[in-house]
Amino acid sequence: MSIPCLYDAGRQGVISGKQKKMEKINTEYFGEKFNQLQLEDADNFMSSIRKEGFNSFNKKGLPTRRNEEWKYTGIGDLFKKEYSFTGNKTDTGISKHHVDEIRLPGYENANELVFINGKYAAALSTIRTSKEQLIVLSLEEAANGIYKDFVNAHLGKSGLYIQDGIHALNTSFIYGGVFIYIVKGQIIENPIYLYHLSDAQQNHILSQPRSLVYIDKSAKVQLVETYKTIGSMDSFTNEVFEIVVNENAIVEYYKFQNDSVNASQVGTTHIRQIGKSYAHTATVSLNGGIIRNNTNIIMEVAGNEAHMYGLYLLKGNTHVDNHTLVDNTMPNCFSNELYKGVMDEKSTGVFSGKIFVRPDAQKTNAYQTNNNILLSDDASVNTKPQLEIFADDVKCSHGCTVGRLDEEALFYLRTRGISKEHAQAMLLEAFAASVVEQVKIEPLRKYAEQLIADRLSNGMN
Amino acid sequence: MTQSGRGWDEALQNHLLNFIIKMNMLSIKNLHASVEGKQILKGINLDVRAGEVHAIMGPNGSGKSTLASVLAGREEYEVTEGSVDFLGKDILELSPEDRAREGLFLAFQYPVEIPGVSTTNFIKTALNEKRKYHGQEPLDAASFMKLMKEKINLVEINKSLLTRSINEGFSGGEKKKNEIFQMAMLEPVLTILDETDSGLDIDALRIVASGVNKLRNENRAIIVITHYQRLLDYLQPDFVHVLLNGKIVKNGTKELALELEEKGYDFIKDELSMAEAM
Repeated sequence: MSIPCLYDAGRQGVISGKQKKMEKINTEYFGEKFNQLQLEDADNFMSSIRKEGFNSFNKKGLPTRRNEEWKYTGIGDLFKKEYSFTGNKTDTGISKHHVDEIRLPGYENANELVFINGKYAAALSTIRTSKEQLIVLSLEEAANGIYKDFVNAHLGKSGLYIQDGIHALNTSFIYGGVFIYIVKGQIIENPIYLYHLSDAQQNHILSQPRSLVYIDKSAKVQLVETYKTIGSMDSFTNEVFEIVVNENAIVEYYKFQNDSVNASQVGTTHIRQIGKSYAHTATVSLNGGIIRNNTNIIMEVAGNEAHMYGLYLLKGNTHVDNHTLVDNTMPNCFSNELYKGVMDEKSTGVFSGKIFVRPDAQKTNAYQTNNNILLSDDASVNTKPQLEIFADDVKCSHGCTVGRLDEEALFYLRTRGISKEHAQAMLLEAFAASVVEQVKIEPLRKYAEQLIADRLSNGMN
Repeated sequence: MTQSGRGWDEALQNHLLNFIIKMNMLSIKNLHASVEGKQILKGINLDVRAGEVHAIMGPNGSGKSTLASVLAGREEYEVTEGSVDFLGKDILELSPEDRAREGLFLAFQYPVEIPGVSTTNFIKTALNEKRKYHGQEPLDAASFMKLMKEKINLVEINKSLLTRSINEGFSGGEKKKNEIFQMAMLEPVLTILDETDSGLDIDALRIVASGVNKLRNENRAIIVITHYQRLLDYLQPDFVHVLLNGKIVKNGTKELALELEEKGYDFIKDELSMAEAM
């Protein structure tokens, strides 16, 4: 088994630690892998998208803290190690029993899509919904078959919004991703669970999943993503998940992040509401290394509605950065965002919420709230609401708070005989509840509640 | 031998019990306390025995609520001198939760709203933590519901309030009723009512006071902190103490409260300054 490496320790002496040279070597290495993939999968459409991505990556490199959007989250250090990564290979040490470890409650009724090291593994996946309602194909298959036009029209649109090098890196290596099509008028009763497994048993691993979901008119689907690193080496998941929502359609999207501390991640969820539709998202982050979530809602027509929720409950050295974007391009759209965080020990949180209201987007209603509780002196959070409003008849609000637990409430509970630890857990559970209750898949919500209760009853440790 | 031994034990137990009842449940000696460096309590002395109702009256800023807070264990208050003995224990050494488990209950002047925590769950948790502290098994769901039902009737609280978050959106009267309901559920030996009458209309005051009266017995004591006579009309205290500038300056019976109602606190201030002049 060959171990390709992005940055090989053997070369360290030669480049004498200079940042610029090191990046160049990384790029050279990505170049080899890129050329190899282009040769092996010479499909015109896909290879041109990859080429565009790779040019962009070469130009920009990995984002640094000098980039305003990456001011509080540094991923440069994560690339100072050797990662193995698969261009178009799917041979791994992952088998069925590893999949069992990642399965989420409610899986009995779910369509389970398994990704190994970023590649869709059809053989390990289970589709329960009929083909009349739900189509799941590899991206390559979709791009060459009857769904060609969908892929051509919609793959890669997130690049217009996320223009950094790490997003471009994902695009450079689009291969083995998945295309999900929800047939017009179909209410998909079985939620779609996407399990992302990274095989870090032998080497550090870079996984770059890429998905495109198209929800046709008057259809409804629930999507759930979760991540697990197998093995004790490090994983880095660099994901792009694009969702297109057509008229009268409903999408619910949930992301559960409870991986090990050696698992880091940059993920973009890009939802385009191309018809008047309804989007509902919730991102729950409980554990991991360095995590960056970009959640974008692009309201391309009038009358769209979106609700975005987030909960980050952090300890140790975990870092979670939620960047949200709501782009109101047309009139009469409604959006509401509620993100809540609890930081303990040395953990750090970041919230950056952007709301654009473009000149045509009159009568926009856009609301945003971010509340944070710091439990230790070493924990920190940076929160940054950004409203850019170019229309004059709109209702927009934002508010953020950073504080400690309500001492008065804590005292009240204690004067009734409830221990300080228990009282604290009760208050934090109540704090988290307004986000957790937005997970509308019941077994998943109960699971999340249980995880949170367990975490809190152990004094966050 | 065994028989007579047990008889002796019982006699001794009764004797001790009698003794405990007769002795002070709460004994505050020379209590000084400050908050943010400012001295508020300047030498409080107060003894409370089981079965007694004590009223503490005084103008704004005299230290009434500080006394309640110090007894309940609010951490911002620093006790700089003196002692508080509750059922033979130095409660100043105990955490607020342990004071509660030992049988102290503070009915808040401003009960706190806690969104997201259901009142029923909260009371159940409190009750079971107290039981655990005393080595008792937690109440099962059926017994708990039965107890709730009994106490709901006793204090005339609207039971729909109990399914809601603690005090969230409750009216002033509902919040105070909820305090008395918690008192009924937790069955404290010593209750401190901190201006429970404030913000209550006449009907709510009557209901709250009658709830408290129903919970009175020879084993329990109550300290009522108030500005006004009207709650005392219902509760009929055994003793009335006047707190002024961090000290108890006058002790009396319920007639003292009537005199205060009529003359205001100035007459006490006058008395004091006259005494000083002499």
